[in-house]
Amino acid sequence: MIELRNITKRFANVLANDSVSFKVAPGTIHAIVGENGAGKSTAMRIAYGFYTADSGEILINGEVREIRTPHDAIALGIGMVHQHFMLVEPMTVAENIVLGAEPGSAVSLDLRKAGEEIRRVSDEFKLSVNPTATIESLSVGQQQRVELLKALYRHAQLLILDEPTAVLTPQEVEEFFAILRSMREQGKTIVIITHKLSEVLAISDNVTVMRDGKVVGDLKTSETNAADLARLMVGREVLLRVEKPAAKPADVVLSLKGLSILGRDGSKRVDNVSFEVRAGEIVGIAGVEGNGQTELIEALAGLIPASYITGTISFVGRDITQTDARKRKELGIAHVPEDRHRRGLLLDFSLAENTILGGHYRRPAVQANGVLLDQKGIQQRTDQVIRDFDVRPPNAALPARALSGGNQQKLIIGREFELPPKLLLVSQPTRGVDIGAIEFIHRKIVALRDSGCAVLLVSAELEEVTALSDRLLVIHKGKIAGEVDPTVTGNEEIGLMMTGGKH
Amino acid sequence: MIKKCPVCERTYSDESISFCLADGALLSAPEKTDAAPTAVLPSSLRPTEQSKQPALTPTMTSLTPPEPVLPVGADKPPRLPRTNPLVNLGREILFPLIAVIAAFIVGGVVILIIGDSPIQTYKLLIGSAFSWPDGIGYTLFNATPLIFTGLAVAVAFRCGLLNIGAEGQLYVAAFAAAWVGFKFGAQDPGNNVITPFFHLPAIVLVPLCCIAAIAAGAIWGGIPGLLKAKFGSHEVINTIMLNFIAVALLSYFTQYHYKVPGDPIMQTTPISPSADLTHLGKFIPGLPARIPLNLAFLLAILACVLVYVFLWKTKWGYEMRATGANPSAAEYGGVSIRKQIILAMAISGGLAGMVGINEVLGYRHRYYDGFSANYGFVGIAVALLGRNHPVGVFLAAILFAILLRGGIFVDAFTMHVSKDIVDMLQGIVIVFVAAEAMFRGPLKQFGLFKKAKI
Repeated sequence: MIELRNITKRFANVLANDSVSFKVAPGTIHAIVGENGAGKSTAMRIAYGFYTADSGEILINGEVREIRTPHDAIALGIGMVHQHFMLVEPMTVAENIVLGAEPGSAVSLDLRKAGEEIRRVSDEFKLSVNPTATIESLSVGQQQRVELLKALYRHAQLLILDEPTAVLTPQEVEEFFAILRSMREQGKTIVIITHKLSEVLAISDNVTVMRDGKVVGDLKTSETNAADLARLMVGREVLLRVEKPAAKPADVVLSLKGLSILGRDGSKRVDNVSFEVRAGEIVGIAGVEGNGQTELIEALAGLIPASYITGTISFVGRDITQTDARKRKELGIAHVPEDRHRRGLLLDFSLAENTILGGHYRRPAVQANGVLLDQKGIQQRTDQVIRDFDVRPPNAALPARALSGGNQQKLIIGREFELPPKLLLVSQPTRGVDIGAIEFIHRKIVALRDSGCAVLLVSAELEEVTALSDRLLVIHKGKIAGEVDPTVTGNEEIGLMMTGGKH
Repeated sequence: MIKKCPVCERTYSDESISFCLADGALLSAPEKTDAAPTAVLPSSLRPTEQSKQPALTPTMTSLTPPEPVLPVGADKPPRLPRTNPLVNLGREILFPLIAVIAAFIVGGVVILIIGDSPIQTYKLLIGSAFSWPDGIGYTLFNATPLIFTGLAVAVAFRCGLLNIGAEGQLYVAAFAAAWVGFKFGAQDPGNNVITPFFHLPAIVLVPLCCIAAIAAGAIWGGIPGLLKAKFGSHEVINTIMLNFIAVALLSYFTQYHYKVPGDPIMQTTPISPSADLTHLGKFIPGLPARIPLNLAFLLAILACVLVYVFLWKTKWGYEMRATGANPSAAEYGGVSIRKQIILAMAISGGLAGMVGINEVLGYRHRYYDGFSANYGFVGIAVALLGRNHPVGVFLAAILFAILLRGGIFVDAFTMHVSKDIVDMLQGIVIVFVAAEAMFRGPLKQFGLFKKAKI
């Protein structure tokens, strides 16, 4: 169906694709795996005409074709669904789908005809999407199907899906895979870009592994396994499972009683939540994103004004509901925020300046006079974090923006872990982080727990929360839907609780 | 070739690793060993030497990276690499310089079309600013208010705020300085408009006038800061409105309360001679006393240094810059955003207010209605060209002062080119600087000018 031959692409001084070649057979599901920055997305964006390659060629059905713009790609029967949906929220499904390919004459828009066509395609692939619904009324999973429909409506034979499962719950992933399989049966070819190995094994026929802009493996899925793929992706042996000794919970560190949090629009984001976290244990919070986890963690870190909060937050027996963020940090509450670009980092500031964020007003960042910054102290602290947490490249003067996602995250984790904290609030610790760094971060979190720190963990990755947590709370619509032992309860059941299916 | 950790004896075959991944110790010099590598640098951070290697075959053997290994100094203490500050400085100066040169080229084309020689015109424009003593004296005098307003705008920029109100702040400050100047010091005999409260000596009066100017500017700047912090109203709107208020209010006071009766000029009565700021001609041989370059210029240089130390060497400056760079992250770091907004606007207003010191104490010795040649607005251009850094602001202010001074001569000594061409040049410089900023994208994320960057 499609073949890339010696595709090379350079951005400034980064070689994103280095002579990349692989072939996707028609009527198959082909996975492309690799860590962040391995060049998967770049290669597929070249195939879709977003970028043009510096050298190399693309063959469609055995013929060399020029793909300069997405228009060329669409004309050749290539469709792409991006990680971030490109939909106009207030418009209907039909309007979104015809956008850029409006039916009818120049002055009139024939939406009815389009609606019938959309319904036909939707039925053919069992997508069950209502063309007259507005996008904002749809769930994330349904929106994704609209994106699929958009490509199918334009008669795509080859669909490129960029990290399609990142936004879905376990149940939605199952449904989504069923759709992909039915599309394959109808003769469509699917390329799926991912970094989740379990999905590669579950859905794909063939898999191409990329690392450092190069293809390092081209395998039949049936002839490989997760460990081999991980080793190819990372370039060394990787521990896929978190190994941790049993927890030894001690005194209560964090205690919530009847905590409710209002959103800015006045709606209840967290509703009457009570639980405790003890020293030496990791308490996980599982839930579909947007069910109050963000607000819960921000409220505990002191980042939500007290007027939005009712109930009490106690820390080591002391009521901190009214305490501000700075004081909470001084008490020993560390916070790894879910969005490192928005909250966690000053991207244009150097690693050194980022390392002192939150501790910038006291020693060792400030000299004894209490006003002037202590460059030497800052440098030492930064070097220490860089070494202990293996931040690369190890240059304290670089802006944080220059680092990969994994290294940015390691810097934040290093900064927060070396407080050292009594309580760690950690949200999405490994989002957008490569496998090698994930393993490292997981080990550090477990080590922190074993040193007697209480950990409250929020993650959208169900596998991550179940693997790390000693106790697991499931949150749904701002309420705790239940507590489970992650070693006993299966992901199926937890997934059901996450969507409010069971109490 | 294999590198070895001297502490834990782990071996590494990846030539880009210089520290042990387990304990951070510096790896020892390459040594021949048969041991299999235990780790290879993950992610895409390897040096490009490796990228130039032919594509690896899709087998497990590809995990053994190719030779050779970079030599590692085993005897050196483990020091992390640093970025050369000079390289950074060069990078920062490069883009504004390109903008200025590009503006001169475009201006040259316009001059050519008008019918004059660009080279002759530019010779006149630049050359007349460097003559001694008048050229240099007046250029530095012209630069003084622009340094203050440039710094004012830069400090606000660094906190993510756009202070369009430097103009109003400097008027209020100048009036405050004048008021203290004629109310707190002895007047010349024969001046019976004002009865001073005190007859303070110069050593007290001059600092008091300076403090009055800075305080008035800080209050006038702090008001929009307070409004933004408390009610979220936009500082751009409020500073513009406060400009109008300031100008109108001070015209009223000048006209109806502090003017010498019968004076056709809109100006207040003179300040006490004790409040005069010494002209630099007194200290510099060859510089005539008639040139109004005064001690305020040294104050401007001092302000540059202080702003630099404040922003980059103190915890307060760190908080302010963090707020400007990413308010959410600053908040996360325990910084009060509201406090920073008020503080930054007050400091910005105070800096703008120092223009009043130069103008009233050093030059006119009275408040002169409408004295500002758009200093507050040119200050925005100065800050933009100077990349919101005190050194850049200083250089940009000098450049704009050169254009101001040279413009007069271009007007007089060329056939067709008027001094409007100088205003045009200023405009083109700013367009190019802004375009460059757009290319690099720092202004994009927070909308117009909201985010300043170095």
